[in-house]
Amino acid sequence: MTSTAPGADGAEAPRTYDFRNLHYKGEGGALIPLLQKFQVEDGYISRERIAEIHRKTGVPLSQIYGVATFYAQFRRHPVGRNIIKVCHGTACHVANAEGISKSLKDQLGVGAGETTPDREFTVETVACLGCCSLAPVLMINKDTHGNLKPADLRKVLKPYRERKAKAGS
Amino acid sequence: MRILVGLGTCGVASGAGATYAAILAKAGPLDGGCRVEKTGCVGMCYREPLVEVREDDGTRWQYGQMTPDRVDRLLTEHIGKGEPIEEWLVWTSDGKGPETAFLDRQQRIVLRNCGVIDPEKIEEYLEAGGYQALKRVLERNDPDGLINVIIESGLRGRGGAGFPTGMKWRFTRLAPGKQKYVICNADEGDPGAFMDRSVLESDPHAVLEGMAIAGHAIGSTQGYIYVRAEYPMAIERLNIAVAQAEARGFLGDDVFGTGFAFHVELKEGAGAFVCGEETALIASIEGRRGMPRVRPPFPAVRGLWECPTNINNVETFANVPWIVLNGARAFNCLGTANSKGTKVFAMAGKIRRGGLVEVPMGISIREIVNDVCGGIKEGRKFKAVQMGGPSGGCIPAELEDTVIDYESINKTGAIMGSGGLVVLDETTCMVDVARFFLDFTHRESCGKCTFCRVGTKRMLEILVRITEGKGEERDLEKLENLASLVKNNSLCGLGQGAPNPVLTTLKYFRAEYEAHISNRKCPAHHCQALLTYTINEKCNGCQVCMRACTAGAITGEKGKPHVIDHGKCIHCDECARACRFEAITRV
Repeated sequence: MTSTAPGADGAEAPRTYDFRNLHYKGEGGALIPLLQKFQVEDGYISRERIAEIHRKTGVPLSQIYGVATFYAQFRRHPVGRNIIKVCHGTACHVANAEGISKSLKDQLGVGAGETTPDREFTVETVACLGCCSLAPVLMINKDTHGNLKPADLRKVLKPYRERKAKAGS
Repeated sequence: MRILVGLGTCGVASGAGATYAAILAKAGPLDGGCRVEKTGCVGMCYREPLVEVREDDGTRWQYGQMTPDRVDRLLTEHIGKGEPIEEWLVWTSDGKGPETAFLDRQQRIVLRNCGVIDPEKIEEYLEAGGYQALKRVLERNDPDGLINVIIESGLRGRGGAGFPTGMKWRFTRLAPGKQKYVICNADEGDPGAFMDRSVLESDPHAVLEGMAIAGHAIGSTQGYIYVRAEYPMAIERLNIAVAQAEARGFLGDDVFGTGFAFHVELKEGAGAFVCGEETALIASIEGRRGMPRVRPPFPAVRGLWECPTNINNVETFANVPWIVLNGARAFNCLGTANSKGTKVFAMAGKIRRGGLVEVPMGISIREIVNDVCGGIKEGRKFKAVQMGGPSGGCIPAELEDTVIDYESINKTGAIMGSGGLVVLDETTCMVDVARFFLDFTHRESCGKCTFCRVGTKRMLEILVRITEGKGEERDLEKLENLASLVKNNSLCGLGQGAPNPVLTTLKYFRAEYEAHISNRKCPAHHCQALLTYTINEKCNGCQVCMRACTAGAITGEKGKPHVIDHGKCIHCDECARACRFEAITRV
């Protein structure tokens, strides 16, 4: 999700990563942005990528693994084409987020942290999406859906399923 | 005349994107020079999507629930004929509309531009007086005087702990070191809090300006914004704002031509609640696991890359330009003896009007819940408010006259926190709320301190046991004992605050815990394992519940009311979820 800053009058050149010096725009602390960059590209952090970062930067493998497993954002396994984040924040919790998760499981057959066998959907549970007044909320890719009832999920998932059908035909 | 569509995350989640597209597509042929623009969040999340019609003289008409199918009528009647549509009106700038009460009690300093300007256009921020405060402090070139103004204003850190902002700046200024840093903590991790997201999405330049002013005060040339990755829109708008400010020379090597250099860079968080703690946040920027360290030395002395570092929260920075422009006096005349100014609250839960409100310190909880937010939904009874997120606590309805200031809130056992205020009604089980927070903190504990890592886990196990109807007499005593151990033996606020939800619910709702343990009943009818499922007269014998039942506990003939065998029922809730006629009663 490392984004390029669009300039005031057009696009700026993408930020470059100086692997050798572990520098990110002249500053240290590149490990997390690097992992984020690879996750955007691959969808997850593979063993190969970790080895690659180690080879190119010299950061100990233990430290890379340490960081990659500490933060919730980094996934260690391949994910589906659509990522569903079900919010389990306070407001969503008291507005029956549990029911949303269960209904999602009914619809997709997989629970939190799992991916459907066709690699279409990955379900994740997140702490808070910051849309508390629309609770309960879930996010599919970059779209947020609020004020849900467990029965609504079939309708919410439909367009994402259709996209798959179209892509397949 | 302009049409403005509220395109914050809340708005977009409610479908404002489609409304915006519909207006753009249809407004083109209209004459009269009507422009269609984007804006941020007004705070009325409960009426999204919001569309505003703003006349050239500044009169504002706000419409709520503006789905795309309402666009045609809006354009023909209000824009075309100049006849406002009364029944859709939310409020108008001349005090009409059903929702004026929501805004009447508010005093907007932090949210001054939210929902007013287009956050992606620096021109609009400039028109609203933007970057004037930065210009003024640079022209005066008196960092000590500036720090005195901030101290005098009484501004305290809005991230939760409430440390005086000016003092923090002074410590960092006085700390020896050539390179110093300013960090904006935008890692808004408290579930139930979203005011920082809204400010970043709706008025990003105010935060940048506040940071640059802080940079001047402490003698720093580099700022970082540590923003959580769950806020893609905030990140996008911040990136745009930084690029615009650099292009205009409000950030960069020579700000306002005064020779002052200040750069801002974004750092995306990677999803760890503990990174809201300042030393953990620094570790994360440095590319390490986000684990807190012992303080002192405080970041003001030794922070990022071992250099003196000043860390403030988004809302704190957004206050700064206003204070500089309006003076310390204008700020410290608001609020109570020790808590000055205003506080933004993210209102959520079982209230009628959920959204963002900015109220002066010293207002009571009752006034916020009833007067500003319209009371509890569906006529239910107000039970408690949860304040301060996982480190905060529940304040019961009996204490609704508690006023909002740092000290009064602390006295109840909760904390001010970052400003998430989740309102709970009689259907919320307090033991379950405590369990929810412990489930959160035990997962988010970084694992450094044994008491936090293991203690929260043990507390969670007890709470789960109680909500499952397996609680034991001695459990409450054990909980209290563990709570004090975790509180006193953890390094950072996460561990020290983790027991608060348990301690406050035990303090104010002990009877509810006892009902779970002694009577095996959940008074709020929430905890599934303690419910009795019965079938009521609404049953038409459709047999859906019978098929859904995993325990074979439901019997009955087609077309006739069914019966649940309580001996066989395993409380799985499948029948209630399957039933389409509300025929399953849970007591």
